[in-house]
Amino acid sequence: MSLLKMPSEAKKEEFNMLKGRHLIDPMDFTTEEFDEIFELAGKIIENPDRYAHVCDNKLLAALFYEPSTRTRFSFEAAMLRLGGKVLGFSEPNSSAVAKGESIADTIRTIACYADIAVMRHPKEGAPRVAAMYTDMPVVNAGDGGHHHPTQTLTDLLTIKTIKGKLTNQTIGLCGDLKFGRTVHSLIKAMSRYQNNKFIMISPQELRIPDYLRKELESKNIEFTQVEKLEEVISSLDILYMTRVQRERFFNEEDYIRLKDSYILDGEKMKLAKENMAVLHPLPRVNEISYEVDEDSRAYYFKQAKFGMYVRMALIAKLLGVCE
Amino acid sequence: MVTVNSISSGIVIDHIKSGVGIKIFNYLKLDKADFTVALIMNAPSKKLGKKDLIKIENVIDVDFTVLGFIDPNITIDIIENEEITRKIKLTLPQQVENVIHCHNPRCVTSIEAHLPHVFHLVNRELGEYKCKYCDDLYTIAEV
Repeated sequence: MSLLKMPSEAKKEEFNMLKGRHLIDPMDFTTEEFDEIFELAGKIIENPDRYAHVCDNKLLAALFYEPSTRTRFSFEAAMLRLGGKVLGFSEPNSSAVAKGESIADTIRTIACYADIAVMRHPKEGAPRVAAMYTDMPVVNAGDGGHHHPTQTLTDLLTIKTIKGKLTNQTIGLCGDLKFGRTVHSLIKAMSRYQNNKFIMISPQELRIPDYLRKELESKNIEFTQVEKLEEVISSLDILYMTRVQRERFFNEEDYIRLKDSYILDGEKMKLAKENMAVLHPLPRVNEISYEVDEDSRAYYFKQAKFGMYVRMALIAKLLGVCE
Repeated sequence: MVTVNSISSGIVIDHIKSGVGIKIFNYLKLDKADFTVALIMNAPSKKLGKKDLIKIENVIDVDFTVLGFIDPNITIDIIENEEITRKIKLTLPQQVENVIHCHNPRCVTSIEAHLPHVFHLVNRELGEYKCKYCDDLYTIAEV
């Protein structure tokens, strides 16, 4: 057998770099691999019909151990628009999980039926455990307050489309930065691109976790932590708003005290740059006033659409059905 | 005074902080060993005042990785033909399994009892370890 690969084989392997991989932490993929996904997402946006049957006969298992509307719909819509089918559960009480089945056993069983699994779980690290027990690609759709890598892909594709680049941005992150998993994933991913700096806007109690702060410090990434949005909004290129999530609090009293701390309204938008982009992972509660929806700088609904396209690209790449 | 004979071949784990010897004995599962083992506790020591030590006879193939996590000041001498042929210098291991437990109530280990508690070294100088699943940080001093 020849050790040399024919050029066509080498090219094929290069295209299949992501085939069969898991996506658990946004750092699982290199920036080049992210680019590969964004490139395919761009092609799908341009010509969705061309990709309408690339997943014919493929099955996606949606394992949602806690309620989710948007992420689940986004994944399901993505698979259906690629021609594939979807099975799964949207809350664990309707599955064998309610009988006490382990994650390892659930994923091994699901792998007998499906080609790819998407998992949301309230416990941090659960999708990593699933990935340990199967060769079927596993995608983390949010694990506790930890990571949400496909939201990160969504956010990055949105920023790249709006700003034309992922470098040299001053990114304000506002709200629940302690339990907000989308924030953690976005910070880690954007800190890999040159000259990005972060302004974290939150109450003391909801600042980013220690491990993340130390990680930024060790990599000499520029960041500041402040308490008031209006003091820093004029310096931002991107404002990433998050909701203060009731389910992340141990204590109802704390939730009520903090939930209205940071609300973006028309007055604060007057202080912002003309080209500042407002992003939000959705759903919002009241952290962005409805009047901001009419502002041309509000991108959060477009962001949701990018989410579906980027998930289409991701599924196609992990299944190895697209160049 | 209790006397334990010197060994002609085997391992001496010395300079263990008094009281920690039994922990090491358990981590290395020496209670299940099919060779002779002596655990000596509260022996007088010039360096430590009191110390524990463990002597293992006729065996030199033991994984000491975990001992670096417990106390890098522990010394390990390999004895062959009544002479010390090798001294093993302990360092913090890259990974420890089931030595410490993750206390994050949101970590998946809190509900999946069969999972090993695995930690990776992230900062050697600070002795900082990160949970493989939830990224929670622990320092040796805390543990």
